[in-house]
Order: sequence, then structure tokens, then C-alpha cells
Amino acid sequence: MAALDRVARSLLLSELVSGMALTLKYFFKKKVTLNYPFERGPLGPRFKGEHALRRYPNGEERCIACKLCEAVCPAQAITIEAEPREDGSRRTTRYDIDMTKCIYCGLCEEACPVDAIVEGPNMEFAAETREELIYNKEKLLDNGDRWEPMLAERLRLDAPYR
Amino acid sequence: MDFFFQNPIGIVILTVVKALALLVPLLVGVAYLTYAERKVLAAMQLRKGPNVVGPLGLFQPFADAIKMLMKETIVPTGASRVLFLLAPMLTFMLAMLAWAVIPVNDGWAIADINVGILYLFAISSLGVYGVIIAGWASNSKYAFLGALRSAAQMVSYEVSMGFVIVTVLLCVGSLNLTEIVRAQQTVWFVIPLFPMAVIFFISTLAETNRAPFDLPEGESELVAGFFVEYSSMSFALFFLGEYANMILMSALTTILFLGGWLPPIDIAPFNWVPGPVWFVLKICFCLFVFLWVRATFPRYRYDQLMRLGWKVFLPFSLVWLVLTATVLKLTGWLPA
Repeated sequence: MAALDRVARSLLLSELVSGMALTLKYFFKKKVTLNYPFERGPLGPRFKGEHALRRYPNGEERCIACKLCEAVCPAQAITIEAEPREDGSRRTTRYDIDMTKCIYCGLCEEACPVDAIVEGPNMEFAAETREELIYNKEKLLDNGDRWEPMLAERLRLDAPYR
Repeated sequence: MDFFFQNPIGIVILTVVKALALLVPLLVGVAYLTYAERKVLAAMQLRKGPNVVGPLGLFQPFADAIKMLMKETIVPTGASRVLFLLAPMLTFMLAMLAWAVIPVNDGWAIADINVGILYLFAISSLGVYGVIIAGWASNSKYAFLGALRSAAQMVSYEVSMGFVIVTVLLCVGSLNLTEIVRAQQTVWFVIPLFPMAVIFFISTLAETNRAPFDLPEGESELVAGFFVEYSSMSFALFFLGEYANMILMSALTTILFLGGWLPPIDIAPFNWVPGPVWFVLKICFCLFVFLWVRATFPRYRYDQLMRLGWKVFLPFSLVWLVLTATVLKLTGWLPA
């Protein structure tokens, strides 16, 4: 009987037909495509995108040139040079990130004691030349100024889990 | 006017006009078949498919065609130059040639010849040459393996297709495609010969190298099969030929089993619609099944493919052929 059942099943193509019924059902289902540049999916607060150097509300840069990020960076993408400023505080004179070396692991952000270097939500910073992807301090601070409201919000959302 | 159509030049002009009237819609059809394929596959995978070029992405085929034309034709150093360039032309030409005998409506065939089905069979067998020449002339192992697989597959499935066609011919009593359709006035052959129709359709999938029998192109193991080395227009010709063949096989299925230009039931709302519209609708249905099958089934393994062809379809169609002949003889339905 089992043999008969099997033969009937294969002769009547029942498995093929049920497979095709399934694809036909999917044919009429609602599509899940996002029209990407026009529609976007949600990003979590831990999304690791383009880097930014943040400032305090009074405009003073947060980075104290402790070089923990430079030390922890597994790709050695960060280069920092520092010397004391006229007022005696310790600040960077050079803060470069080679975005082509960076692996977006977020360890710099984790290492930073003052939340100065962070990875923001921006992921659309493709460039046409390599040089444009070697970010200097000016560019990073500029990023920080531009994204600050979102950066602060993301840090706030993630804070309970740190 | 009569005089014009009876002198040789007039006949040539008339034939050219007829051929253009058939081939231009056919090529547009091919272009939109590629679009339809992408849309249908996308829809079955819950995607949207091309939707950027023009409204609903409707100009996508033209964008693709222009892209193809702009590309450089590369002939590999080791390739046999003449044959390498001849193969795509041959494939494309054969795919177009076959359309000469297809009746779009009662009496609307460019060449209404009495051996229409034999002609079609001969032309589709010749299609293997395009593939073999392309594979051999490319001087590349992938292309060669793809060509060998393709040739073996096309030859194997042609045998059972032949038996299916003979079964239909037994019921019709003529090799003329117009006659075959006329014989389906009372009932389409898909009803009495249903298993044969299924075998025929599956064989056409193998014949046109479509999924799940697309081993010759087997992306994962052969890159692109027999046309790996082709680029630009020579690639486009293969592509056009392959899709034109799909439409041709759908047309053949329509003629043999789905009653060609005949409406489903010969009553009022259905027989107001002109024959060619029914014909095109039925072809579209077959093509949709082609794409539907591609979206559903994974690729066959090579030995399974051969087993299906030689050990399942061949004996089955042979038995059914004998059965049909016996029934026709015993009931006296055998056409004169």
C-alpha cells in the first residue's frame, strides 16, 4: 500500500504541484522591498557608521588625547599626536582616521573615557578617491557638530546597557 | 493589386512584410519576456523587481539592450574566430526561422506547409549546433563542458518530445500545424492527452535549457555554460535566441495542446475575441508557467536529468503512444 501511495504520488506530481501552489501564493503576497534611497529601514542605537569627534555643550572638544582609541584600534587606523595647549590642557594636534583601514568594530568608542570619538548613524560617506577617506581632526569635529543631536540621543538610548 | 502579388518581386515583398509583421512583435515580446521574468521571479521571492527605469520599470529591457550594444565584443585569443562569431548568429537565426510555420490565426502562417511539425522539429534540433559550435569555438573548459551537457540534454529530450508529437499527429492525421489546431475544435488535446501535455511541457523546459534543467548554464559550477566567453552583441544574440526559443516552445505547446487560436468555449463572449489574441494569451500563460517553474524548483543533478529523460519520459510516452493508437483503432476515431 505504501508503495502504491508512493507511485501515485510521483505519477500525479503531487509534490511538484504543491510546491508550485506555494510559490503562486507568494506571488500575490505583499512585497517586502524597501526602495532604499527613498525608504529606509530602522537603525539601532549601536549602529557603527561614520566616525565623529564630539564637543562639550560649551564648544570645548571632548578629546583629551589619552590615545586609548589609537592603542585599542585593531586595524591601526587611528593616528594621534598631542601636546599641551597654551592654557595647559592636554589636546590633540592631529587626529586622523583612515576610513579605508577601519573595520567599524567600535572599539575606539568603547575605549574612550570621555565619549569623544563615536561612530554615528551615517553610512553613506562613499567617496571617489582614497584621499577623501582619510579623515583628519577637522573633518571628524565637523561630523560631530553636524550629527550631535543624533549622536547624543543614541548614546542616551544605549547608556543603560553599558 | 492581384497582378502585383502574383509576380515574383511582389511575392518577395509581401513575404518580407509578413515576416516583419511577425518578427518585430516577437522581438518586442522577447524584450518584455526578460522583464516579465525578472518581475515574476521577484514577486515570488517577495521582491519588487525592476521598478526604476520608466513607469514600473517598463523601459528596463531597452536600457539593457542599449547597454549590450555599447559593450565591446571580445573574442578570446584561443578562440576559433569565424566559428566563435558564427555560433550566436546561428542560434538566433534558427530561433527566428522556426516562426515561419507557426499559425497565429486560421491561415495566418508565413509558410503554411504540410510538413510544418517536421520542419519545426528539424529546426529545433539544429539549435544544438549553435550550442556545440559556441562551446567548442570558445576554447574554454567551462564553455566546452556546458556545450556537451547542453547537447546531450537537448538530444535526449527531443526523443520523448518526438513521441509526444507523434501521439498528437495520430489524433490529427496531418503534419500541418493549421490542421492540428483545426482538429481541436471540439476538445483541446490537453484534455484527452493530459499526461502527454505534461511530458511535452517538461521536455520543452529541458529543450530550451530552462530551470530546473538549466545545467548547461549551471551558474554554480560552470559560470555561465556554453556562452561564458561571449560579451556584447554576440551574447545578446544568444540571449535573444534562448528567449525566442522559449516563446516558440510555448507557441508549439499552445498549438499542439491548447487549441492555438481557438477560444476555450465557442460561445458568445469568447468567440468575439479575435484568434490571435487567444493565441497570444495562451502563449503568455505557458511562458508564465516557464517562469513559475523556474521560481519553484531547484536544479536537477545531471544523472537525474538523464534518468528522467531516458528511463521515465521515453518509456512512458512510448506506452502512451501505443495506447493512443490502440484506442483510436478500436473506437474507429482514427482520422482518415
